[in-house]
Amino acid sequence: MIELKPAQAGTLESNDIMITMAPGAQGSGVVIDLESIVLAQYGPAIKQTIAAVVAEQNVTDIYIKAVDRGALDCTIQARTLTALARTGVISPKELI
Amino acid sequence: MNKLTNAIGRDLPESIEGYGKVRPFVGAFATLPDMPRQAPKVKRALPGEQKLVEDIETVFKRIPIKDGMTLSFHHHLRNGDGVVNLVLAVAAKLGLKNLTVAVSSVFPVHAPLVEYVKNGVVVGLDTNYMSGPVAQAVSNGLFPRPVVMRTHGGRARAIECGQLKIDVAFIAAPAADDYGNVNGVEGPAACGSLGYAIPDAQYADHVVAITDHMMPYPLSPISIPQTRVDYVVKVDCIGDPKGIVSGTTKITRDPVGLKIAETTAKVIKAAGLLKDDFSFQTGAGGASLAAAYYVRQMMEEAGVTGSFALGGITGYMVEMLEAGLFRKLIDVQSFDLDAVRSIAANPKHLEVGADFYASPFNMGAAVNKLDVVVLGATEIDTAFNVNVVTGSDGVVMGGSGGHSDAAAGAKMTIIVANLLRGRLPIIKGKVLTATTPGETVDVLVTERGIAVNPNRTDLYEKFKVAGLPLKTVQELQELAEKMAGRPESITTGEKIVAVVEYRDGTVIDVVRQAK
Amino acid sequence: MNLRRTMLFMPGNNPGMLQNGGVFGADAIILDLEDAVAPQEKDAARLLVAQALKTIDYGTSEKVVRINPLDTFARKDIPAIVPCCPDAILVPKVESPEDIQEVARLVAVAEKPGQAQVKLIALLETPRGIAEAYQIATADKRVVALAFGAEDYTASLGAKRTKEGTEIFTARTIVVNSAAAAGIQSIDTPFTDVNDREGLVADTQLAKQLGFKGKLTINPRQIDDIHNVFNPTAQDINWAERIIKAIRKAETEGAGVASLDGKMVDAPIVARAELILYLARLLGLAEEA
Repeated sequence: MIELKPAQAGTLESNDIMITMAPGAQGSGVVIDLESIVLAQYGPAIKQTIAAVVAEQNVTDIYIKAVDRGALDCTIQARTLTALARTGVISPKELI
Repeated sequence: MNKLTNAIGRDLPESIEGYGKVRPFVGAFATLPDMPRQAPKVKRALPGEQKLVEDIETVFKRIPIKDGMTLSFHHHLRNGDGVVNLVLAVAAKLGLKNLTVAVSSVFPVHAPLVEYVKNGVVVGLDTNYMSGPVAQAVSNGLFPRPVVMRTHGGRARAIECGQLKIDVAFIAAPAADDYGNVNGVEGPAACGSLGYAIPDAQYADHVVAITDHMMPYPLSPISIPQTRVDYVVKVDCIGDPKGIVSGTTKITRDPVGLKIAETTAKVIKAAGLLKDDFSFQTGAGGASLAAAYYVRQMMEEAGVTGSFALGGITGYMVEMLEAGLFRKLIDVQSFDLDAVRSIAANPKHLEVGADFYASPFNMGAAVNKLDVVVLGATEIDTAFNVNVVTGSDGVVMGGSGGHSDAAAGAKMTIIVANLLRGRLPIIKGKVLTATTPGETVDVLVTERGIAVNPNRTDLYEKFKVAGLPLKTVQELQELAEKMAGRPESITTGEKIVAVVEYRDGTVIDVVRQAK
Repeated sequence: MNLRRTMLFMPGNNPGMLQNGGVFGADAIILDLEDAVAPQEKDAARLLVAQALKTIDYGTSEKVVRINPLDTFARKDIPAIVPCCPDAILVPKVESPEDIQEVARLVAVAEKPGQAQVKLIALLETPRGIAEAYQIATADKRVVALAFGAEDYTASLGAKRTKEGTEIFTARTIVVNSAAAAGIQSIDTPFTDVNDREGLVADTQLAKQLGFKGKLTINPRQIDDIHNVFNPTAQDINWAERIIKAIRKAETEGAGVASLDGKMVDAPIVARAELILYLARLLGLAEEA
């Protein structure tokens, strides 16, 4: 059983997204708490992008806080993957 | 309630509560003047009568200022202004109600206005630009009546032609004498040109000069003459000098903004406009100012002497005047201390009123003589209509200012913008709030290509020959949405919180309450 | 041979800059995982650059990634980056042909079947790198250019880095010569004072004169000036066209030797003229023959 730890990736710079993750209690599901400067226009799309990355890594219980400053999809994906790796959810080897 | 559709396809009600009957926009030059100018009552002052009164409260009692009046102010002190708050504080103290404030622009410093609206002192606002808490409050539907949003030229026209009747004009005067002569070039709150105060002073029923810098009689130079001023009040401070120069933006250092600016200069050259007698205006944004930098380089390389630069004058324009690149500067608003110094000392740097600058209903405003204007936008649509009133979230954060006026007057109107602002595509199918109609907008310059309005095949051909990176506006929109994803549309409430008038007084769009 | 007049560095952990990299018209974009990225962010930058390579349109700019050195993170960078199809990898602090061969081996393992071969550019930044320049240039067929990094180099020498560059003169000529001997390109060190346009132009003119084909670029504002220096001038093009005309005239007349302006036109001169015209046509500065 891998010991998962809370972790963070990304910054609050323009066009970036800061993703903070903490492992969730079993059964808690994938919880995404999103703050964004483009919430009205892209809120659902951002959550979807994060959720897709998480699902691909077969993670089911995790708490994700995301503070978005207008990141494009590729940035959201990269930051989500980085945070996942930093929590220990995915081993760095598997990222490749 | 019947609906009308105006010439750019905006649906409008026939009349709006708190505003009146809607005259729909029918085209940039389609509405003609059909009235004489209005005129204030003739008054007289006896020899020996004193105009200097001890405080603003005395002015209120002498006039007397009553419930329901329209009080006007200029915005040359920008975010350092103290006069609007001083005057409204007195109005509140005296228990006045239902006033309309006609201030040429609203800044964060005017936040106390929100309280005055909440307690009924102020019910109406008439302005050309809004930012800060007041803009937010407008968007949230705080005002009992829709705000009237005009252009700088349109405000002058409305004052002259009677649509905006001013009972009392309060003129924040950086320098004044005891008989009411006013200028903007001396004193601790020196702000340069007083262009936006000039129509107010000429047409208001009563004019009050409020100054913190009394000079011996007679003051010179004179921007507002004693013959139109009823009262003079000295206060400790009319505004914070640091806030006054806050209007200046620096030339952008963002490499993408610089690339856009450089491309803009190439567009101007390819249009064949960069020759002797060239005339030019830029907006106040960082990318627009950067365009001035590249235009200057091209002018120097080509040995071009321009006729005039217009605006919104900054120290950068002053440098160009002093370097002989322009013969004159025409200044309706001085943005920084270099511009203030220059307008005071250099006869080639002219102060003009808002009417001379941009009114559509006179025998020719300065914008009519422009070759090129470079402007910004929060949004632009595939018909080239531009939004400078609301942000992409639907909240009011600006206003035309001189945008629509300069766009109408100039031979070539260029909008400069990053294709994506943060993540948001700047090009929409339809802008949320139309301010400047597409027929007056010629070129959009982004970092990923240039779009030319289809009604300017002449420009398109020239740019093609020059090898500029041309795309259709639809192609640019598709590119933006490919990069960022298609944004969800903003929904707004039903209540109309602002009426956006075009420079001729017709209604080009409305702003509805933000959700 | 690719045009590499400008190779613009972009910090690999900065999404705002990565997504705009294609806008500036540089011949190549270098997505930087090394000096521009703090040690604790190497993992984040690696993933960001990988995503950027897959999704961002860099137009006609060559996509280059500067990985970390072999003794730090290169072995993590290469497997993550190579399958995302960069055009080339810039290898920093190369000191020996074995360094290049090891990188080439790792790259070959990481390439997907059918993927275009990823090229290598060796960045020589140390005295050893300079000493082994020719061996490094010929170490592997993937190597298409040698680049010179003067900041680290002068630090190793214990010499002061100056704008006019006497202290790096020999290293520069070694890089040019070694690359030329190996039949590959040489790319000069960046000019680091972003506000000194005159200095940039002078430094670039020197680089061109020495035989460099391009310059590492650290700010988009430098691009136009560098291109203007490396581009053939109207005079160059005119001269080259006259040379080719003279050659053709000699051929049709059956003369053994061509001459122009009283000077003999021999093979090296013709080669130089052809290169100028090739470049000019590529840049749209001259008509097709």
